[in-house]
Amino acid sequence: MARNIKLRIWRGDSTDGALKDVVVEANEGEVVLDVIHRVQATQMGDLAVRWNCKAGKCGSCSMEINGKPRLACMTQVASFGEEETITVTPLRAFPVIKDLVTDVSFNYKKAMEIPAYEHPKDLAPGEARMEQIDVERSQEFRKCIECFLCQDVCHVVRDHEENKKSFAGPRFFIRIAELDMHPLDTLKNRKKTAQEEHGLGMCNITKCCTEVCPEHIRITDNAIIPMKERVVDIKYDPARWLGSKIRRREGL
Amino acid sequence: MTIERHNYDVLVIGAGGAGLRAAVEAREAGLRVAIICKSLFGKAHTVMAEGGAAASMGNVNDNDNWMVHFRDTMRGGKFLNHFRMAELHAKEAPDRIWELETWGALFDRTKAGKISQRNFGGHEYPRLAHVGDRTGLELIRTMQQKIVQLQQKDGRETGDMESGIKVYAELTITDILKENGKISGAYGYWRESGSEVLFEAPAVIIATGGVGKTFKITSNSWEGTGDGHALALKAGANLVDMEFLQFHPTGMVWPPSVRGILVTESVRGEGGVLTNTNGERFMFKYIPDVFKDKYADNEAEADRWYEDQDNNRRPPELLPRDEVARAINTEVKAGRGTEHGGVFLDVSKRLSAEIIKKRLPSMWHQFYELAGVDITKEAMEVGPTCHYVMGGVEVEPDTAAAVGVPGLFAAGEVAGGMHGSNRLGGNSLTDLLVFGRRAGIGAIDYVKNNGANPVSQAAIAAAAAKIQAPFDRQGGENSYSLHAELQEITHNLVGIIRTKVELEEAIIKIAEIRKRSANVSVSGGRKFNPGFHLAFDLDNMLLVAESTAKSAINREESRGGHTRDDFPGMNNKWRQINNISSFDGNQVNIREQVLPTIPKELFDLFDVHELEKYMTPEEIAKGGSN
Repeated sequence: MARNIKLRIWRGDSTDGALKDVVVEANEGEVVLDVIHRVQATQMGDLAVRWNCKAGKCGSCSMEINGKPRLACMTQVASFGEEETITVTPLRAFPVIKDLVTDVSFNYKKAMEIPAYEHPKDLAPGEARMEQIDVERSQEFRKCIECFLCQDVCHVVRDHEENKKSFAGPRFFIRIAELDMHPLDTLKNRKKTAQEEHGLGMCNITKCCTEVCPEHIRITDNAIIPMKERVVDIKYDPARWLGSKIRRREGL
Repeated sequence: MTIERHNYDVLVIGAGGAGLRAAVEAREAGLRVAIICKSLFGKAHTVMAEGGAAASMGNVNDNDNWMVHFRDTMRGGKFLNHFRMAELHAKEAPDRIWELETWGALFDRTKAGKISQRNFGGHEYPRLAHVGDRTGLELIRTMQQKIVQLQQKDGRETGDMESGIKVYAELTITDILKENGKISGAYGYWRESGSEVLFEAPAVIIATGGVGKTFKITSNSWEGTGDGHALALKAGANLVDMEFLQFHPTGMVWPPSVRGILVTESVRGEGGVLTNTNGERFMFKYIPDVFKDKYADNEAEADRWYEDQDNNRRPPELLPRDEVARAINTEVKAGRGTEHGGVFLDVSKRLSAEIIKKRLPSMWHQFYELAGVDITKEAMEVGPTCHYVMGGVEVEPDTAAAVGVPGLFAAGEVAGGMHGSNRLGGNSLTDLLVFGRRAGIGAIDYVKNNGANPVSQAAIAAAAAKIQAPFDRQGGENSYSLHAELQEITHNLVGIIRTKVELEEAIIKIAEIRKRSANVSVSGGRKFNPGFHLAFDLDNMLLVAESTAKSAINREESRGGHTRDDFPGMNNKWRQINNISSFDGNQVNIREQVLPTIPKELFDLFDVHELEKYMTPEEIAKGGSN
């Protein structure tokens, strides 16, 4: 039940590039990553694409499909119309290396700026006792597969290179929230530094990050807004007012 | 030409669980460490581990202890495990899990607030620490963040966060280098740019994981190409028992987008039945004699078991993994499989949609989102998928040092011996932690006693020439097609059921592909060029396939992850033998090596009648060594 589909792939590097049209066979049940691999094996041996687990668990095959940040392994070919051309382009918020592969080192740099977990000094290994209900809040954020789709879609940095220096992005707001809500972490003032050093205040909670999250982590409602609400010593933050009007969603 | 050069005390190849644990250990001892990964940092195959990490903490059942865990591990491996590795693993696993908690890991909890532990096949007590079905991700993330913590500490002290430990992501190592018989470093290229890099280091730890991509249907990602196995062989190390591969019985075979991906055992546990294309529930035909008293021989009783487990025998779909895998394989070979080479696994007829979604949420999502299949309405198509390699680099159990190559260490799936002929679920994650740490300690001690060992210009030139070669050839073989051909051979001739005739054919065909692979040419430039990357991966997979086929033809018995149609039973003589692969520059050679004798204190942990099933009367009479 194979059929031919139309695929438009961005090819190029940091200096130059263009969309290239190809026709490629697609079988029933295949995802976009499958047809990209078929193009690679049969028509463009040097087509660059990042991927790994092909099961939505590692977050490597992030790209933009018809303009939306998606995981290529989680996007069914059948979700597009039979005659529709599927356009695949690299993540827009990060510099292109080649074809569909971008330089995501921004995210790893930001990861290094978030102060690490601090274990209570007097709590020996094996002695920790925590309630399930208390670990679940942080566990939601630890589901993150680091696909960086939330970082890509966030308009604070998507078209504003200049903001990158002072803005950690949604992925790292949930990292801070995870540590802040960690039942054992002893480092104080995480919310305050989120605001002052990692750019939490620049987020005006449009929830684009939550919409693209393949793990369905409620980034805005469960991490960003609660932190904004509780930031001590806030000067002026319009999002804080709005946040207070939006209730935490049911279910957690 | 000037090449990029780096100097370190320890080089860790692979950034999965074992590699990261080794790196933490070495850095905490003050050594300068480089971590190299083919993917981005944090994407290693460890993230795929769902079930949990086996450690006898006794949080759920306090009868558990290291001795029970040790016994379970040896039984699972059918007593071919290196006893010392199984012992160290069982003893140290709890400390390694608790340690993760001090680094910020958040495991699921018991009512008393301790780390929760779940049941799993082959483990006598609930033993697997877990985080829902994403335990592997928790392990990776915790260690990734631990490394960031160490980098922040270095940053405070030196002003440079990467001064003591640095991650080199998307870099492939093509050669491990030696000078004067000892490790001197490694050579490779950036996947992004194709430019070459030299690492000089007196100690190299291989932690590259598995070999699944050698096979057509596998649960492994593209990274599982046996790089570490092949690098070790080429550096003069040995591989032990490469014939032992674990095929998970139920991998997806259709649609192709999910081919190989695991369908968890709990689908069968919740009532999924296996049928062939004739609609026959075939597992009743495959109950081995030793299991006849535990498994139902008719549908009525099997169905009753789900409601009343005390008065009925279990359904045969719940036989051990190897039995189910063999049964499916036999059905398909007999022409009763689907056109895609699988059989049907169906839960939709027994359970309501609501219950399926509640009890198997991640499976329902996996099929619905990845494959567009609604398992509440239709059957899944499943077949055996290559999941794990028990064989690997021969190491000294206490130090993880590769036998025969000073300065080389191996830990995790790439190391052999720990799991014997078959690995228990849950033992893999703790294997990574226990032996990752031990490899780190092994390297620390080695570096203390052995200073830098500079790489010679000749070694650099040879390694560089190898990388350039496929670009200089025109119109040669295509690495994608050769890979596909290799996968067909391993799938058809070195798969779950093996025979002498087929293995002989496989060995000849693998050698032919190896000859042709010397003529692989690559189109395009060096920059992020997957065709070029595959050319090197292919070379590694060919060496792995050759080792597996040759070990398999040598072992004339069936045990764990190695089934010979022409030698169907276990043979106690073979339990005393490891097949050792080595590489002479031309081909892989196999030699038989006698297993070390289990010491008396470990021998005495077992009921002697159980040991009689595995050991010869002479071994029993000896009662272990002193």
